[in-house]
Amino acid sequence: MKARALVTVLLVALLLVPVLAPAQPKLIVGILHIGSTNDAGYNQAHAEGIQVMKRNLPEVEVIEVENVPEGADAERLMESMIKRGARLIIPASFGYLEPALRVAQRNPDVKFAHPGGYKRLPNLTTYWASTPEAFYLLGMAAGKVTKTNKIGYVVALPISFFLANINAFELGARAVNPQVETRVVFTGTFLDPAKEATAAAALLDQGADVLGVIVDSPITVVQTAEKRGAYSVGYHYLGAQTFAPKGWISGVAFTWGNLYTRFARQVMDGTFKSENILGSLNDDLLVMAPFGPAVPPDTAALVGARRKDLAAGKAHPFTGPLKDNTGVERVKAGEVFPLTDLGKMNWLVEGVVGQPR
Amino acid sequence: MRSLMTGAVVAGTPLLYATLAEVIGQRAGVVNLGLEGVMLVGAVTGFVTTVLTGSATAGVLAAALAGALLNALFAWLVVDRRANQLATGLALMFAGVGLSALLGASYVGRPITGLVELPVPGLARLPVVGPALFSHDALVYAAVPIALLMHWGLFSTRWGLAVRAVGENPVAAFAAGRNPRVVQYQALLLAGALGGIAGADLSIGVAKTWAEWMTAGRGFIAVALVIFARWQPRRAIAGAALFGGAISLQLLLQTRGIPISPFILDMLPYVLSLAVLAAWGGTGRRAAPASLGRVFQGSQ
Repeated sequence: MKARALVTVLLVALLLVPVLAPAQPKLIVGILHIGSTNDAGYNQAHAEGIQVMKRNLPEVEVIEVENVPEGADAERLMESMIKRGARLIIPASFGYLEPALRVAQRNPDVKFAHPGGYKRLPNLTTYWASTPEAFYLLGMAAGKVTKTNKIGYVVALPISFFLANINAFELGARAVNPQVETRVVFTGTFLDPAKEATAAAALLDQGADVLGVIVDSPITVVQTAEKRGAYSVGYHYLGAQTFAPKGWISGVAFTWGNLYTRFARQVMDGTFKSENILGSLNDDLLVMAPFGPAVPPDTAALVGARRKDLAAGKAHPFTGPLKDNTGVERVKAGEVFPLTDLGKMNWLVEGVVGQPR
Repeated sequence: MRSLMTGAVVAGTPLLYATLAEVIGQRAGVVNLGLEGVMLVGAVTGFVTTVLTGSATAGVLAAALAGALLNALFAWLVVDRRANQLATGLALMFAGVGLSALLGASYVGRPITGLVELPVPGLARLPVVGPALFSHDALVYAAVPIALLMHWGLFSTRWGLAVRAVGENPVAAFAAGRNPRVVQYQALLLAGALGGIAGADLSIGVAKTWAEWMTAGRGFIAVALVIFARWQPRRAIAGAALFGGAISLQLLLQTRGIPISPFILDMLPYVLSLAVLAAWGGTGRRAAPASLGRVFQGSQ
């Protein structure tokens, strides 16, 4: 009798569960960040993308984890996200590629979107935005603003995509000011603010009056430039300009929100397919930051006009003839270096002071 | 040259504080591999305090306090609980990494004024050495005097004698009327405060920002610099200056466009350290405290 009562109670309880339990979200998205989501840089750009997606699709739930080491930890975390119901996973760092591929192979029903990778699976798409055009435009603005004709760049590592950005920057600067020289310092790491500060100071001591930065968080370099009365060019995230109210020139930033919304919609309605997405200034994945007070209106107009030419295909950041900084011809006259081949750009263009490897 | 010296001073100062922290602990016979974690907790505490109070001085004091607190925990484990120093140190390092990331999570990217440069009137105008040596913040100016003071304290005071005695032979020190437990606690609290200041120098002095694991291995470099300095605070100045100079030099060489790979240049500080160690030869039997890393089992 007692047992029966117990069973009844259990059955009633079971029936009540769907009523009491919160409504299941239509989709759970898991995102892994390599750093902190308020670094005013790489990670914050991804995190803001997720925020935009949440605003667009309130029915989607997000599991967001910061500071995830690349490797086995990332793999375990992705598996645990899947156990908690995630059906779309965004491992938002290049170094998550191998763990993501392994998890994706084990979980063919779960979709993955990985930024900047070079490998895909039927359920793992890759996305990035091509930045050289934007860097070319930044270079034009900086080339007009500099008075010493020396621009310093603090860069994490000499990898081809970064070299391409530097090259495009120098070419843009030279297009408006043939005297401009860009000096590059590689810090060897994506995050060591103290070293970035030392590198920035060294560049300023060498006479640079504009600083640019390609590391995870632009804060230190932009701040150092501002403190020393120099100009700065940002990267990754639009908010960086708050650190340089006077010296800000412009920056280029990733805006992933619409893309993440698209991914989530596709997973929900079953139209997700593996692609190689490469955005540019012409779509909604990349934006130029507003010009700072350092940029005069005629320069802004000049940059705006070139931007239209680039968008229309009338101009190309890597138009030959181009020599590298050791004097070797890299792009012949009348040819261009295709933006789809940036992974092969292992040289620095004439006018850049620095060692590509 | 000016740039190189400035860079060496800026990059060397946090290393000097960190090395001094490790020197004092090891002189009392305790290896603390958790220095990196202590520095991180100091860095985040200093930064958060500076954000909240607007005072960098309060930030430095809070960092020293936080470092000392974390080292007090370490001292309790290795002195009172007699835990293995190396294992405890490594655990402390990871605990410090996690704790600092947690404390600082909502402070990443917050702007601060931080420590301001205080040019020394007159001296700052001197060519080359003026900007290189006399246009820095208070923590930079204090570093070398603190090192010299510590050297004097270790080698010319009764307390210093007690610290060294405990590091060499705690049983003998105990027999001579010194309580090794008390001395080790004192040394480790001082070490924690210095380690915290080393971290604060990074977050509110040099970089003026907080980022997870922003010490980037400097805590371990400091442990190596202790050996380099032969456990002498005075020599730690040279070690930190050399290492800081090498960091500064490699960045400077890059800005000059020297045709050497950045990867090789990045190795420069370490290669230079190896070269100097090789040139100086063996550490000498008497350099390291004899009871370093050993657990004092009490005198019962």
